[in-house]
Amino acid sequence: MTGAPPQGPAAPDDVIRTSGLTKRFRGGQLAVDGLDLAVPRGSVFGFLGPNGSGKTTTIRMLMGLIAPTSGVATVLGSPMPQSIGSVLPRVGALIEGPALYGYLSGRDNLARFDAADPTSDPRTRALRVTGALERVGLTAAAGKKARAYSLGMKQRLGLASALLQPRELLVLDEPTNGLDPQGMREIRSLVREVAAEGTTVFLSSHLLDEIEQVCTHAAVMSKGRLVVQGTVTELAARAQGRLVVRTPDVALAAEVLGGRQVTDLRTDQARVDGVTGTLGDDELPKLCAALVEAGVRVHGFGVERGTLEDAFVALTGEGFDVAG
Amino acid sequence: MSQAEVVRAEEAPAGKARADAAATSVLPQARRAPSAAGFLALFRSELTLTFRRMRTISLLGILAALPVLIGVVVKVNTGGAGEGPAFIAQVSQNGLFLVFTALAVSLPVFLPMTVGVVAGDSIAGEAATGTLRYLLVAPAGRTRLLAAKFTAALAFCLAATLTVALAALLTGAALFPLGHVTLLSGDTIGLGSALLRALLVAGVVAASLAGLVAIGLFISTLTGSGIAAMASTVGLVLLVQILDTFPQLHAIQPYLFTHQWLSFSDLLRQPMHWDNELRNLGLQALYVAVFGSAAWSRFTSRDITA
Repeated sequence: MTGAPPQGPAAPDDVIRTSGLTKRFRGGQLAVDGLDLAVPRGSVFGFLGPNGSGKTTTIRMLMGLIAPTSGVATVLGSPMPQSIGSVLPRVGALIEGPALYGYLSGRDNLARFDAADPTSDPRTRALRVTGALERVGLTAAAGKKARAYSLGMKQRLGLASALLQPRELLVLDEPTNGLDPQGMREIRSLVREVAAEGTTVFLSSHLLDEIEQVCTHAAVMSKGRLVVQGTVTELAARAQGRLVVRTPDVALAAEVLGGRQVTDLRTDQARVDGVTGTLGDDELPKLCAALVEAGVRVHGFGVERGTLEDAFVALTGEGFDVAG
Repeated sequence: MSQAEVVRAEEAPAGKARADAAATSVLPQARRAPSAAGFLALFRSELTLTFRRMRTISLLGILAALPVLIGVVVKVNTGGAGEGPAFIAQVSQNGLFLVFTALAVSLPVFLPMTVGVVAGDSIAGEAATGTLRYLLVAPAGRTRLLAAKFTAALAFCLAATLTVALAALLTGAALFPLGHVTLLSGDTIGLGSALLRALLVAGVVAASLAGLVAIGLFISTLTGSGIAAMASTVGLVLLVQILDTFPQLHAIQPYLFTHQWLSFSDLLRQPMHWDNELRNLGLQALYVAVFGSAAWSRFTSRDITA
């Protein structure tokens, strides 16, 4: 299936809404193709897709950095890029990694970005900067020149600049890129914290498990088109669950299961799995009994729920890390 | 069971409690209105950014060294100064003339070079490091950012010219006698009014660079490479001055932005002769209008992909 429209009627409270949003670059390359996106208020929205699928171009259009070739983008109820001045002070953004003035300290970098916003009060600037530094755990390194920062620290400083003001929307483009596992966990917990305060978070990533861990909603892009969008639970439910049997008697188990309408059987060293398809939940105990009856030594028996990755592969029929 | 469910199940109670606590403080956000102080903050930020950079300080340092060098050379070779840059003959009689000599020597190459670096790098440098996108989503506003960059570059012109003038004055005072100044017209004026005239000349020289600032700013909006913009701007200054020497191009020469640069010497007459200088300032204003508009129209319509 391709280009699923936003589910349900147009909710007036969508934080981001696009219709037919298209960007064709001057070279003729179609980066985003007829995008219809709806991000509900209060959600943590995962924007998924392989590198080169049009995620960053979409975000740049939403932030008024590039003009759409056709279509409409609405952010916080106002059209972009026409309403940049009134919309963007309420939006924090991290786009394609942090960018800093290497010759300024972390604190001065934040003061510079804060001064760029005409709605921010110069009298309370120092207070905001201190608060943002504290929030991302950079207080100790605030006086260091940004060129001496590690990638993780730069990423955090970028986040701090997105959090200088209380925001209604936070747009984070690949926020964990280049971070170590510990840094990734910290960013994720920060995202959850911000979301708990009522800020809608729009998070782009090419890492499926990242989206699964923090997001309530997700949309999947592939080659500039929207493949699907919905809640993470809905999307994961599209992936069929698989029955998994752990046993040393692999061949025998596969034979029994095959005879009982379990399809798409895959055998591994000490494991057989397959799709139960139409079999109801009450059929499972009978299936287990049949295995035991046939003399299969059953070490484990259960259904594994589908992951977003399964859903993605099912939807696009392609591996995820392939660039569009 | 998917990981997502596990995580959300754990997070839900804590998250909800926090949401409840935060609902009163964060959610009813007051829309902040732009204020005059907030609007001007970017201009202040731009000025501090320009003058705190090591690069700017080095450029000013080079400009300050130039008059010292000229002063020392003149001091060492006193007597044989028949040929040379403007006013060089007068320097050994009156140190104040080193100010005019230094300005005349630095105006064709050194001053435009430093101004080309600052103006050429203004937008392109921010694009190259990626900070441009963060300024624009802040949102700085493209027109406001361009105006702030232009203002800071003009301020640099003034600072650069004053640096040359001040270094020349100090060197001149240290190496040569000061006192009554004999102007080019033969009249003599006191040291106080001569100093005022030096200040006026420095101001006029700084203003002569305004057209170049606008050109540099325009070039800066065309590219994402700071180096390319700086090199093109400086290259253009040299090219235009070469064109200014071809007799065959006589018809277009009055419109070259460097053509009247040295007419500041007309202000060293009594009474001051303003015709050429006013033509120069008018020409600079024209260049600012044309290239400023070009920079604005390019920058406000451009896709920021860096």
